[in-house]
Amino acid sequence: MQPTFSSSRILLPVRPWFIVLSLLAALFLNFLPTSNWPGVPDWLALVIVFWSVRENRKVGMGWGFILGLAMDVADASLMGQHALAYVLAAYGASALSRRILWFPLGQQALHVFPLLMVVQLSQLAVRAIAGAEFPGIGYFVGPFIGAVIWLPLTYVLLLPQYQPVNRDANRPI
Amino acid sequence: MDYQPPPFFKRGPAPLALLSLYAALSISLLVVDARYHTLDLLRQAVSMFTHPLQQVAHAPAQAASSAGEFFISAGRLQEENAQMKHAQLEASVTLLRTQQLETENQRLRRLLNVKERQQASGQVTQILYAARDPFARRIVVDKGQQDKIVAGQPVVDDAGIVGQVTRVFPFVSEVTLITDKDQAIPVQIVRNGLRSVVFGLGNGQLELRFMPANADVQNGDMLVTSGLDGIFLPGFPVAKVIHIERDTSYSFARIYCLPVAGVESFGEVMVLEPRNPIALPSELASETASESATVADKPARTKKKRMKKD
Repeated sequence: MQPTFSSSRILLPVRPWFIVLSLLAALFLNFLPTSNWPGVPDWLALVIVFWSVRENRKVGMGWGFILGLAMDVADASLMGQHALAYVLAAYGASALSRRILWFPLGQQALHVFPLLMVVQLSQLAVRAIAGAEFPGIGYFVGPFIGAVIWLPLTYVLLLPQYQPVNRDANRPI
Repeated sequence: MDYQPPPFFKRGPAPLALLSLYAALSISLLVVDARYHTLDLLRQAVSMFTHPLQQVAHAPAQAASSAGEFFISAGRLQEENAQMKHAQLEASVTLLRTQQLETENQRLRRLLNVKERQQASGQVTQILYAARDPFARRIVVDKGQQDKIVAGQPVVDDAGIVGQVTRVFPFVSEVTLITDKDQAIPVQIVRNGLRSVVFGLGNGQLELRFMPANADVQNGDMLVTSGLDGIFLPGFPVAKVIHIERDTSYSFARIYCLPVAGVESFGEVMVLEPRNPIALPSELASETASESATVADKPARTKKKRMKKD
């Protein structure tokens, strides 16, 4: 698949182990103490949305559900809270994937922003029903940052697919 | 033959069907967890995968902080040492008298045939990290089922009550802080012995609810556990009153308190042993036993009646 449909670059097929590795790395990033800081995006939501847009036949709601349960246990939140949020985001991303990939990266980020908002809003709704208090505006800064990070994230996660088929020993990448 | 599409067009179930399946699954998990609290086994199973990852993720920060402690200057350590010696000397005077008072209290209680007070004992644990959940105030400490921690045990630090153990995993356990929203502790005002219940507000403060507008509460009043809940031992400091609003249009005063213990700081805390249940006096115990027997009888009787009607 190409970076966008308007570009003419042809990518290598994605390797399944790289998808699993990137998802686990995102889970690990969410576990870091930095995730308590305000404005740090939900890395796992971002990577699930990325692969749901790119490879919606390989990564989708099933991965969202499983990794969401892992986040719920690690986070001490209600069981199924993250799972529901990631499932909704993965569904939205795979439904929009054909549309999103027609746009250049900047406009792709504009599509990703509402998907990341869905993740936060659905969690807020679940906890509000269970009787929790509104955690403050800082809770919604994460999706903004996440949408900005979409641009470098696309380059990083597509890097293995940019490699040429015939390896050139004199080329660094 | 029927016209099946060739296998390379097969895409599994429709996305909408998958979405409804997963959404229904997670919503049922949410309801079961929020209403019935019966998913502990599933949580413990998933935690076997997540806790090692979390520990690895928190290792660099812990290593950095311990390295920082290593490079603290000798001057600061000496200063701290001198301060601690001073504080210990000051405390030892009261401590010596407290021990004498405690034995005297025990003797007097025995003379008056009052039940003896339980001694506080517990295990020291290290706070690992604060849970990421922005909706609740919980911390994770490094002792769990392996150290015979059970849900409900009170957690204290050197200044007062920090919270209560709410979930136990094999190697760690979760402590809900007293500042968590609607976390309640029965308390008593030291100055006049007035009893009430203090609730967490979720913003780092506590509120003394359902106190009449003319209640004898003053700014700076100290609240200690009353022990009426049978969970917390009586006499542990909980909070200090910082602000009182007495509005005659409401029947209750709004009383805000600040926790005494270092609830939001990191360090070591003590998980107290669960309190021994207080036995009822013998005449009351026999009464409740006969009551429960009659309750058990009742359904049997109604069944007999129904059978007769039939």
